[in-house]
Amino acid sequence: MTAWERFADSFLNARVAAEYLPKIVDGFRLTVVLALLIVVSGLAAGLLLALVRSLGVRPLNWLIIFVVDLFRALPPLVVIVLLFFGLPAAGMQLSGFASTWLALSLVLMAFAEEIFWAGITSVPKGQWEAARSTGLTFVQTLRFVVLPQAIRLTIPPLTNRTIAITKGTALASVVAVQEILGAAHAGVSFSFNPTPLTLGALAYLVLFIPVVVFGRWVETRFAWRR
Amino acid sequence: MTSRPIVEARGVHKHFGTLHVLKGVDLVVAERELVFVIGPSGSGKSTLLRCLNRLEEPSAGSIVVDGIDLLDRRTDINKARRRIGMVFQGFNLYPHMTALGNVTLALRKVLGLPRAEAEARGRVALERVHLSDRADHYPSQLSGGQQQRVAIARAIALEPRVMLFDEPTSALDPELVGGVLAVMRELREDGMTMVVVSHEMGFARAAADRVLFMDDGLVVEEGTPEQIFGAPRHERTRAFISQIERH
Repeated sequence: MTAWERFADSFLNARVAAEYLPKIVDGFRLTVVLALLIVVSGLAAGLLLALVRSLGVRPLNWLIIFVVDLFRALPPLVVIVLLFFGLPAAGMQLSGFASTWLALSLVLMAFAEEIFWAGITSVPKGQWEAARSTGLTFVQTLRFVVLPQAIRLTIPPLTNRTIAITKGTALASVVAVQEILGAAHAGVSFSFNPTPLTLGALAYLVLFIPVVVFGRWVETRFAWRR
Repeated sequence: MTSRPIVEARGVHKHFGTLHVLKGVDLVVAERELVFVIGPSGSGKSTLLRCLNRLEEPSAGSIVVDGIDLLDRRTDINKARRRIGMVFQGFNLYPHMTALGNVTLALRKVLGLPRAEAEARGRVALERVHLSDRADHYPSQLSGGQQQRVAIARAIALEPRVMLFDEPTSALDPELVGGVLAVMRELREDGMTMVVVSHEMGFARAAADRVLFMDDGLVVEEGTPEQIFGAPRHERTRAFISQIERH
């Protein structure tokens, strides 16, 4: 066997690939579902925290800042493992899937809150004053004048952060979730051949290249014209 | 001119921390009157104006606009502000909306008009500032003078009882000032009650009923434009007038 043949037999083995492809496809579906859930709940929670913060209630804001800094500081894997192995000790059992969803949602929430907050504070004070002077309420001003401008500013950093955190779904393999990496890993163990990992890598590319391209499109689409 | 005043501010004080910006200012504006407020920067004239729609909360005093006590806790300030239009030095148009969108937002969300009706009224307001043909332009596509006129349309669309102008032409290139002043003059001729903080003396002479000179948080002197610009009684007024006349 030449070196290339040995390489091909290890990483591009057609027989192994055919055998484990269905598992990887299942893992792909699971990853998509997990990632979507994280994006929706993480961004929604982050936006909610930023909106609450804009009310300017001091003790509440300290709490928000504490929570946000906590989840920005902790490595996502640590949060996942804490929820999965730690909560049962407190009498709560979360599945690996739920632990990963909750952990990565909390992390995305923390980063998204900071990004949304930066967006809200970057809208000039004059916008608030002009809107309030016409009789719009605080909430109306936030909704119709400030947020549309803030979100526009936050879309590029938000897209990048969202991509980074949804890629963290691979960490779920540590708590026995058969997402792409977990399925690929299991395939390697059973077949003594790394080809399932190649399939896994391809599955990640199929999943995330469109997301990355979408992020690029969004960045140009929402580039601020002044 | 015997009806009750539109604006009645009495003994207005404003502190910013240790800074005493307004030291007991009275301002009474009758219906259809145009009052000009001049004074050096830091004299408190903009703060006074911003107290009149409670963008700044006065520390003490009373402010009644069109019969509504603005400082009464039971007053719905958002409702009161419909009657008080304001125009800012920096225009403060919403950059993500067209000119028409800027004008109709409050019509729809504050007055609750249906879109079609709001747009009809918005177009009338834009016509009054001679910008009918710019309804679908975004602020970034308009000149400074046009932006300020859209801002005026945004305020008058609500049919306020009084208009507050906070240095409306200070941020404009000289050649664009005229268009804004012309619109203000027309408003005046239509009977709008106006309080204007500005240094446009030519406009003040031509259109103002009364000029107030403020310095260091107090109204130092007030009178007709001829009196204030032609024969100021106080030393500080004289110094200030001669300073701005040299420009």
